[in-house]
Amino acid sequence: MEISRVLIDNEKMRTLYHFHGGIHPPSNKSQSTQVAIARAPLPSRLVVPLHQHAGEAAKPIVQVGDHVLKGQLIGMPDGFVSSAVHAPTSGTITAIDMQLIAHPSGLPNLCATLIPDGKEEWIPHKAIDYRDHSSAELQQLLRMAGVVGLGGAAFPSDIKLRIGKQKITSLILNGAECEPYITCDDMLMRERAAEIVQGAEMLRFMLDASEVLIGIEDNKPEAIAALKQAIADRGMNHEVVAIPTIYPGGSAKQLIRVLTGLEVPSGKLPTDIGVQCFNVATAYSVYRAFAQGEPLLSRIVTIAGNVRQAQNYEALIGTPIDELIALGVALPDTNGYIMGGPMMGIPLPAVHVPVVKATNCVIAASDRLFPPPPPALPCIRCTRCVEVCPADLQPQDLFWFAQSKEFGRAQAFSLFDCIECGACSYVCPSHIPLVQYYRFAKSEIRAREHDKQLADQARERHEYREHRIEREKQEKADKLAAKEKAAQAAKLNSLQQPTPQQQAELADLEAHRAHIRELAQSGVEHPED
Amino acid sequence: MLFSPFISKPDNVSQIMLKVLLALLPGIALYVWYFGPAILVSITLASLTALGTEALMLRLRNRPIAPFLKDNSALLTGWLLALSIPPLAPWWLIVVGTAFAIAVAKHLYGGLGNNLFNPAMVGYAVLIISFPMQMTHWIAPHGLGQIELGFFDQLEYIFLGVLPHNATLDAITMATPLDTLKTHLHLDQSVQQILDMPIYGQLAGHGSEMVAWGFLCGGLYLLATRIISWHIPVAYLGTLFVIAGIFHLLDPGHYVAPLFHWFSGAAMLGAFFILTDPVSSPTTNKGRLIFAAGAGLITYLIRAFGGFPDGTAFATLLMNICVPLIVLYTQPKVFGKKSPKDNPVHKEGRP
Repeated sequence: MEISRVLIDNEKMRTLYHFHGGIHPPSNKSQSTQVAIARAPLPSRLVVPLHQHAGEAAKPIVQVGDHVLKGQLIGMPDGFVSSAVHAPTSGTITAIDMQLIAHPSGLPNLCATLIPDGKEEWIPHKAIDYRDHSSAELQQLLRMAGVVGLGGAAFPSDIKLRIGKQKITSLILNGAECEPYITCDDMLMRERAAEIVQGAEMLRFMLDASEVLIGIEDNKPEAIAALKQAIADRGMNHEVVAIPTIYPGGSAKQLIRVLTGLEVPSGKLPTDIGVQCFNVATAYSVYRAFAQGEPLLSRIVTIAGNVRQAQNYEALIGTPIDELIALGVALPDTNGYIMGGPMMGIPLPAVHVPVVKATNCVIAASDRLFPPPPPALPCIRCTRCVEVCPADLQPQDLFWFAQSKEFGRAQAFSLFDCIECGACSYVCPSHIPLVQYYRFAKSEIRAREHDKQLADQARERHEYREHRIEREKQEKADKLAAKEKAAQAAKLNSLQQPTPQQQAELADLEAHRAHIRELAQSGVEHPED
Repeated sequence: MLFSPFISKPDNVSQIMLKVLLALLPGIALYVWYFGPAILVSITLASLTALGTEALMLRLRNRPIAPFLKDNSALLTGWLLALSIPPLAPWWLIVVGTAFAIAVAKHLYGGLGNNLFNPAMVGYAVLIISFPMQMTHWIAPHGLGQIELGFFDQLEYIFLGVLPHNATLDAITMATPLDTLKTHLHLDQSVQQILDMPIYGQLAGHGSEMVAWGFLCGGLYLLATRIISWHIPVAYLGTLFVIAGIFHLLDPGHYVAPLFHWFSGAAMLGAFFILTDPVSSPTTNKGRLIFAAGAGLITYLIRAFGGFPDGTAFATLLMNICVPLIVLYTQPKVFGKKSPKDNPVHKEGRP
């Protein structure tokens, strides 16, 4: 294992490791860290999607016209991997219908629309002492508090805490924030470090982890200092580790590698190697859920890019993004909006879509900031993509296979180990949208596997039906045969064994015949004659 | 603005190719210094032919012409071929070679990025097999020829095939240092005797060794700007050095010293400019080492024991054939897998 450097930290030596590749895009972070996090004003309406997390959508439990309180449950978790959704403020539910949301598919999704009454009236809620509860109880509380990963994937946190018999050595808090423009975690760490380290302690308690490592890229000295101070103030032994600034150093698997030297095996989870990883903002939400009894109602969103004033806002979930953008004032040549960073973000289908739990950043785009790429040229196999791939893949080969639809070979060349970080596309001198090809190949493979599954099920169903019809026919035939046999047997029986009535008749008949014989033998005249 | 990533590094294929062309300039300058300006004529002819053939083939293949003409890849093919063949040759030699390289070796295989073989080396192979006579007429360096032609005399010969009345072709051309070595070894002279001949300089051929230095400098520039990686030049020159060194140690009278091989023929050009063509060389680092070591071995075998004076072109072409196989067997370990042979996993990890 390659050791990149040794860092002396808190008088302890921690060896940092290196992952292959990575890039150094312009960070563009300083624009949005000049001023403190501001609380976004209460918007005119809130559109709360019921499916903001990985897994199954929450089931709506309110009706149109209902008056709800701030923090009131409006979507019940439905399914194993699911999470709760709450009313971000008090007001009236005016619609529960399909609305456009920020999703790569661009398809609408079920949302509850809430018109705030402006009173911010809370539902009764209370803090708990996490030490009085079992890990299972705390997981259930987080599920009902709607706590999900705030790094972007929005995976329900309670599932990640459900570790079974696995022993967790290291709990890693991800404060790397490697994508350009995004500073929501940086500002949260600077301003709310105490809450984060307490949230980390709660997570450590639930996982029974031996150590807590907080990985922060070394371009955030203020955040590093703030967290170290907060840890020292509480006499904790969590360790803040400054890691080299390199994209995608904040990808969970790469961060784990840098901090521990371990590679999460392909297709496995970090818990399989005794590590679990949470975003710093998730730790903050855990703290709010336990120490203040507040479900996840808001998050920090960076507004950046082509705006007059880039800044971080604490925004309620469901806030229409255009109302947030208006606070930063988009410049006139703005021609689109990106949710997330410029490396992995998605273009917004419309600027009025709501802030969701996964919305870490909204970037106003313009041709000046993001010039449209020149037309793609053929791949010249220069392998600049190989040099930067953090998953040690051969992007040029995967591109070739995806382009020629050789999906089997793409899979054999570990397509599904691609984390879609976009480093390959970033450096490609032919300007080939490589990641787009990988997404296409992955979705095709998934669709084919799904189709195959459906086809298998259909075939099994059909075969079973055929089998059943055959069996029924056979049974019918058997039944008929049995009936016929029974009838014949009955006939035979009736001949051999007459009924008592018949026996009586037969006896009479016999007696009568015997009498005639007697008369004939005696030769006497017939009495009737 | 359709999909991520929305930013990219300001870099493009035509800039990369342009830097490679620039890296050839020191070698070309020294070429002109020692052998006169004829090489500039053949480079010009090669450039025009390359661009013309490229445009024609793109048109025939219904591909956009402008973006591909601007990528500089056809120019590079033309320049490399021009630098591989004698500059004082009939004009049609470089034209035929370049046209074949672009039309057949590049476009019939699918154009930029799809050629299995290095197009310039295919052009070279076609010329040396079809026109062996014209391919042996190398200009003598300054001060070594019986008569030296002026620039206009050279032009006259290239385009009209006419030499000044007092000159013969033999008087103005000579065998290459590698060729001379081979011929005289066959005459049972020892290496030491042969190297005392005036056509030899410090390390190899007088003049040509300096051109090789020029290509070495350009190659170091390519390494410094990370346009090429070290694997191919190091493995190629290293293998050539080690094998030549072993033979030289065994029989110094019959086998010339390794540095002679480095600075003769197309070794430097091949190490930094020809074998490193990304399209026709392996994409894995281990594969690059195997590929270049194989080319080094074949180059030496052809030079020491084969029928042709130099072996770089055929070594390149022979190793080009092996590239797909080499790449398949030198796949690196993927993140999270135990070994390169680890079975592909079809499901994705949870976020």
